[in-house]
Amino acid sequence: MDFGFIFSSAASELFSPTTAAYALAALGLAVHFGYSGLLNFGQAGFMAVGAYGFAISTLTFGVPFFVGLVIAVICSAIFAMLLGIPTLRLRADYLAIVTIAAAEIVRYIVTTNQLTAVTGSANGLAAFEGGFYAMNPFPAGSYMGMNNRDFFIRIVGWGLVIICCTLVWLLMRSPWGRVLKGIREDENAVRSLGKNVYAYKMQALIIGGVLGALAGMIFTLPRGAVQPANYGTELTFFLYTCLLLGGLGTVLGPVIGAMIFWVVLSLTQGILYGLIESGAVTWLNTVQAGQLRYILVGVALMLLMIFRPQGVFGNKKELAFA
Amino acid sequence: MSTHSEEPRPSGEIDYMTDTRPIAAGDTAPGCKKRDPIVVAENVTRSFGGINAVDVEYLEIPRHKITALIGPNGAGKTTLFNLLTGFDMPNSGKWEFEGNSLAGVSPYKVARMGMVRTFQLTKVMGKLTVMENMRLGGSEQPGERLSKALFKGLWGGREKEITAQANVLLEKFKLDAKKDDYAASLSGGQRKLLEMARSLMVRPKLVMLDEPMAGVNPALTQSLLDHIKNLKAEGMTVLFVEHDMNMVRHIADWVVVMAEGKIVAEGPPGEVMKNPAVIDAYLGAHHDVDLGDAEGIKELAAELVADEESIVGTENAGIIAIDVVASESDEARHKRKDSE
Ligand SMILES: Nc1ncnc2c1ncn2[C@@H]1O[C@H](COP(=O)(O)OP(=O)(O)OP(=O)(O)O)[C@@H](O)[C@H]1O
Ligand SMILES: [Mg+2]
Repeated sequence: MDFGFIFSSAASELFSPTTAAYALAALGLAVHFGYSGLLNFGQAGFMAVGAYGFAISTLTFGVPFFVGLVIAVICSAIFAMLLGIPTLRLRADYLAIVTIAAAEIVRYIVTTNQLTAVTGSANGLAAFEGGFYAMNPFPAGSYMGMNNRDFFIRIVGWGLVIICCTLVWLLMRSPWGRVLKGIREDENAVRSLGKNVYAYKMQALIIGGVLGALAGMIFTLPRGAVQPANYGTELTFFLYTCLLLGGLGTVLGPVIGAMIFWVVLSLTQGILYGLIESGAVTWLNTVQAGQLRYILVGVALMLLMIFRPQGVFGNKKELAFA
Repeated sequence: MSTHSEEPRPSGEIDYMTDTRPIAAGDTAPGCKKRDPIVVAENVTRSFGGINAVDVEYLEIPRHKITALIGPNGAGKTTLFNLLTGFDMPNSGKWEFEGNSLAGVSPYKVARMGMVRTFQLTKVMGKLTVMENMRLGGSEQPGERLSKALFKGLWGGREKEITAQANVLLEKFKLDAKKDDYAASLSGGQRKLLEMARSLMVRPKLVMLDEPMAGVNPALTQSLLDHIKNLKAEGMTVLFVEHDMNMVRHIADWVVVMAEGKIVAEGPPGEVMKNPAVIDAYLGAHHDVDLGDAEGIKELAAELVADEESIVGTENAGIIAIDVVASESDEARHKRKDSE
């Protein structure tokens, strides 16, 4: 087994654009669930809205990159409002049901054949990333073993992660963030103190949703393609895994959680494939090994919940009273 | 509702602590008009399934006074609180606060108008510190707006004022040592105190306390009673629900008695507690003895000796014999007939 290769590919996952996208989307979930107590099970839907919003406005309407970006953000904000208006006055579980359904609705809509001209149906859309890479300031060449395109998307993706983390941190230490945390604990108590709980929940839903949409863009740009299959419900649950790994009510938690998630996936894949190739393991083929990885992630999550329920970064004290 | 407040509004010169002008505008009767009401409720009803939890024909809460709302369990006191503060919707009726109708007004707006309540089942934000709980009550914090939250320069100043206000209150409520602990780590009584202190952070005009002293130790109760009395000096009006008659007697200027959703009596504490209907429905025969001191206990002992009904044991009490049980239940039946 080539351990050097296994570790280097695991390490490369640390800062891959996909990890950055997961980190951003999980940060959105931290705003929703970790800070506000909003149970959003449709973060994959927000990512899809962001990715398709950008791709469709670029391909169908031919808008420049930044206009496409703004359209994607606006679409996700509208999506958040559509979900929030009927549910945020109700108990938390209603939002969970509505978001999980809405994310599936988004996925089915972009998959329908009637809309193939716009959404590309099951094949999805491609070749919308030109405008983005046209802005690449790095001339062709090798940057830490990457070409200039890979390097550029990493810089942008992780730059965005840093900016968003800073913004979320600033928000959560402010009195605005305090009201959100109060709502998470007991919304009627917050109401009795004269705060418009509904408006705060809506703002939090939109902010987390926009983070999801940005994540959707970072997710699709390096692939140069957006496909409905990528935005299934399991994506949302991977994001929750990242969030729980890192710690719920923290800013760095989702980022570290996403890194751990992808490094563990990569390591287990490398080791399993190595074992299969070397003939040490014969009862498993590579396809099964790919699935086994996710089982291992699930087991890891269970162990974490049992032995370190607050996540890597979470505050043990906060959980002591849960 | 300004029809019955012809008298000029009490100006700043009046000391509300010693103000002895009559509270009622006319005769004292259930649903009577007040000289200066802050809350007026008319025909407010709320039923759950078959039962009328609240059925208030007319009620006025006097301004700058401490009003106690008493009544047996399930009388509808908490439900009335919920209705007045917008946490629940009545089936019918109208009610207003300082002349503004509150029908359909959402709870947070009611609180902003200056009518702040606490909950019988204490609500503290467990995973926030005691200090953060208090700060949540602070009003006019610009940093609570999303547009200003990012810039500490815009809200840091107000935050300092709010923190200072919170420190003063925490000291009064003996919670200053706990201010950096999570609220979830507080004891039940401490949570009651925190909730009350937090409601005062809003600087309400009317503070509505639902059983504020449940679970608070006697020594602290004394100092809190003084504190509640002093709220009057700051121009606040207090409405509280309480089962502890000593507390009611000590601080209430006015007592409203509810039973089965209706207002059955109201008046100054001394008068209300002599009302036979109130004694029957709620207080019990020996309610007026203060068991807090030795004198009271002697007094009660004397009363009990004189009171035939209070003798519950027989000479062979504890022995269960069929004829005794039978004769006792006979007796009980007779007694019930007598009282009917
Ligand atoms: N949400 C509800 N659903 C159904 N019935 C309710 C509800 N809330 C209150 N009730 C009923 O309304 C009546 C009044 O209840 P309420 O809580 O107002 O009593 P209370 O006077 O506050 O009593 P206590 O002194 O025990 O606190 C009770 O009979 C109760 O069973
Ligand atoms: Mg009650």
